[in-house]
Amino acid sequence: MTTGLGATMVRAGRRLLSSLPALFGVLVFTFLLMRVLPGDPAVFFASGPNAGKEEIELIRKQMGLDKSVPEQLVFHLSDIGHGNLGRSMMTGQPVLKDLRERLPASLELTFTALLIALIAAVPLGVIAALRPGSVVDHGVRLFCALGVCVPTFVSGLLLIYVFYYLLGLAPDPTGRIDVFTSLPLQRTGFLSIDFLLAGDFEGWWAACKQLILPAVSMALFVIAPLARITRASMLVSLGSDFVRTARSVGLSWRKVVVTYALRNAILPVITIAGIVFSTMLGANVLVEKVFSWPGVASYALDALLSSDYAPVQGFVLLMASLFVLVNLMVDICYGIADPRVSIE
Amino acid sequence: MSKELLRIDDLHVAFSTRRGMVEAVRGLTLTVEAGEMLGLVGESGSGKSVTGFATTRLLDAAGRVTGGKVLFRGQDVTKLRGDDLRHLQGAAMSMIFQNPRAALNPIRAIGLQIADAILTHKRISKDAARAEALDLLRAVHIRDPEARMNAYPHELSGGMCQRVMIAIAISCNPALLIADEPTTGLDVTTQKVVMDLLADIAAARGMATILITHDLGLAARYCRRIAVMERGRIVEEASARTLFSAPKHAYTKRLVAASPTATSRIEDLVTEEERERYATVVSKPRQEPAHGTPPLLEVRKLAKRFDQGSAAVADFSMTMAGGESVGLVGESGSGKSTTSRMICRLIDPSEGDIVFDGQSIGHVASRDFHRSPLRKDIQMVFQDPNESLNPRFTAFDCIAHPLMRLDGMRAGDALRQRVEECAERVGLPLDLLPRFPHQLSGGQKARVGIARAVACRPRLLVLDEPTAALDVSVQAVVLQLLDRLRRENDIALLFVSHDLNVVRMLCDRTIVLRNGGIVEQGESRALFDNPKTDYTRKLVEAIPHIETGEVLAAAL
Repeated sequence: MTTGLGATMVRAGRRLLSSLPALFGVLVFTFLLMRVLPGDPAVFFASGPNAGKEEIELIRKQMGLDKSVPEQLVFHLSDIGHGNLGRSMMTGQPVLKDLRERLPASLELTFTALLIALIAAVPLGVIAALRPGSVVDHGVRLFCALGVCVPTFVSGLLLIYVFYYLLGLAPDPTGRIDVFTSLPLQRTGFLSIDFLLAGDFEGWWAACKQLILPAVSMALFVIAPLARITRASMLVSLGSDFVRTARSVGLSWRKVVVTYALRNAILPVITIAGIVFSTMLGANVLVEKVFSWPGVASYALDALLSSDYAPVQGFVLLMASLFVLVNLMVDICYGIADPRVSIE
Repeated sequence: MSKELLRIDDLHVAFSTRRGMVEAVRGLTLTVEAGEMLGLVGESGSGKSVTGFATTRLLDAAGRVTGGKVLFRGQDVTKLRGDDLRHLQGAAMSMIFQNPRAALNPIRAIGLQIADAILTHKRISKDAARAEALDLLRAVHIRDPEARMNAYPHELSGGMCQRVMIAIAISCNPALLIADEPTTGLDVTTQKVVMDLLADIAAARGMATILITHDLGLAARYCRRIAVMERGRIVEEASARTLFSAPKHAYTKRLVAASPTATSRIEDLVTEEERERYATVVSKPRQEPAHGTPPLLEVRKLAKRFDQGSAAVADFSMTMAGGESVGLVGESGSGKSTTSRMICRLIDPSEGDIVFDGQSIGHVASRDFHRSPLRKDIQMVFQDPNESLNPRFTAFDCIAHPLMRLDGMRAGDALRQRVEECAERVGLPLDLLPRFPHQLSGGQKARVGIARAVACRPRLLVLDEPTAALDVSVQAVVLQLLDRLRRENDIALLFVSHDLNVVRMLCDRTIVLRNGGIVEQGESRALFDNPKTDYTRKLVEAIPHIETGEVLAAAL
């Protein structure tokens, strides 16, 4: 067992190393992309439309934009090497600080959404696979189709309309917590966890209430791929020889379905869940906008619209690194779940 | 002493398919006595496995028992539900399956899988179940059982997996064991070890066993009584000896004739009418190559190492004359397929050279060899006729493809003529040419594969287990076809097989491989009659022959 785990770790380390060139590529590509986009940031950030030429020149010099593009790239890379992602012109703060403040909000939202999606999708997929062609199966299919068809901002607005406006169950959909609640000591940055650690259950409940609607509207969108994959791989698993063996020795129904069929069927679901998570991280800008969620995606969008280079570059680098990390996690999970993987 | 354990009475099983209900078993009646080993023999599609599944209630959702009874100790199995059924499965009757590796849960340690079966039927602690599982692994002769308890199926060989499967099946001492093709796909030597083990265990524990197999020789070796199935019915049931010495039913006769034995010749394998065309060719004498002509194929010190470093093939040398047939035999992992692929130039050798008709081709990269003018001289027939045909090509396209690629022919009348001629040579009816592979039977697909290989009139045909996936009666016809093609067209055959009986009949010379090296070689008949090495002797002895009267009498 230990050797298997060790092999998985070695493999994961190798994967991490091999992804470094890709990260570097992303870095350079985003940098160049930002330079070819139209719009002059110096003009944008000058004090006003009447700013004189000298003022703009000064700002340009401050931002280092008077140098040639290759020179800028070298400076940019060396800055990143020193852990400096630059300063946002919008907020006036270092990008690293901005991202550090906002990333936990995005991660908390995405993790919760993925958890909700998995909790819903796996049982749905299993039920559908156990009775293929039945009413349940078609019901699941319909539900999944609806989830994919409705864009997240529409489902988000619908949820707000029903649960906030009509029923009044949800708090007003603005931000992570209402302004009057005192924030707990920041430990993980995940409000729901920090409140728990601080022992403030009232605050915890308030944070959860804020979280639930945006998370559900995001989850709805990804339940479909997860449930379909679960169903398909569960069907294969149920029809396989080893499930027949399990039935032939009279194992209980639960044991056959859960221990034999589902544990094998869950393997591809792990892979898909990793991909889904990465997409969600990047794509949750819509949800963040609808629910005024102070996450990194909306931050990056605002920066992009105002030609603020540094935050966009920082955001892309962050996403790329997260993508690598998530894939790594998937690899490790897979290695633990499937003893065949660690062999190669 | 004989006590009836299982009685199948007029059983009907039907499957719902897209084309409506299809009856797989139609009125089967059979009895099994306690402690006996019964052989249930038939070709694919005869309904023998379905009978096994119906008895153990493992039919998949599409299949259902539409009539008749399966009485196990007087109780109708087909009507059991819920807990009664679960107490039957595993505890009273259990089953062993064909593909042992697929039949075990790939991500659960084998010790746990055995313990699962034990815990289902006995109220004991997990530790006690584990101890019992360990005992079972010892009982099925698994070396180092303590360490193997935590092994996963992919870490074990096929034969080992089948032993684990046997351990699971006997874990609760069932009274009836149904073994569905338990050794198909295993090496002959492994097959013998596993079957001996199964027979010993069944005898020691007094279990009745139904051995479902397509291999008459295997059934004859281990069963006293054999039932022959054809199209969902039992056509004949007799003691093994009677069945082989005096088969009554026409189907049994054909089956017995088609099963290769130690002494049979290719022409014996089929009945009179199928033999007719063949006989005229056989009479044609083989012209001996003139003295001093260079060999068609010369292989010098061929070696292949894969990435892991160990040599799959090492120091392999051989020569072949035109029109000669050479057999390449050995257990799986002996390197015979690797060797044949190198000779076909489908993979590159690590060392050594291959000289074909005076030209060195060993150094032409395999990915470039398709441009070589010699490509059409060396052709291959693959093991699985289902997998080796493009499912979107009709039989015509399959045969025409090499003609267009290698002979540069264009679509048109000339091509159509050549394809039809090829089909005729391999005995493929012309009206089958527009069909797709899934619309053809196994034997017809094998013919398409052969027609495709001989379309460009190659001088060397490499065959990798061409009949392993075929029923014996189809195998007989295909073997005859290959032999005829060799004689008619002077094609040299390199025949890779684990079936020694077939090699003995078809090949002039035989090379025995083990762990990538040549163990023994020589003229086929002499080699098999008088093996010089222990390894070859073990291989030869492991072949299940249809034994003659006196051997069987001695066993009784």
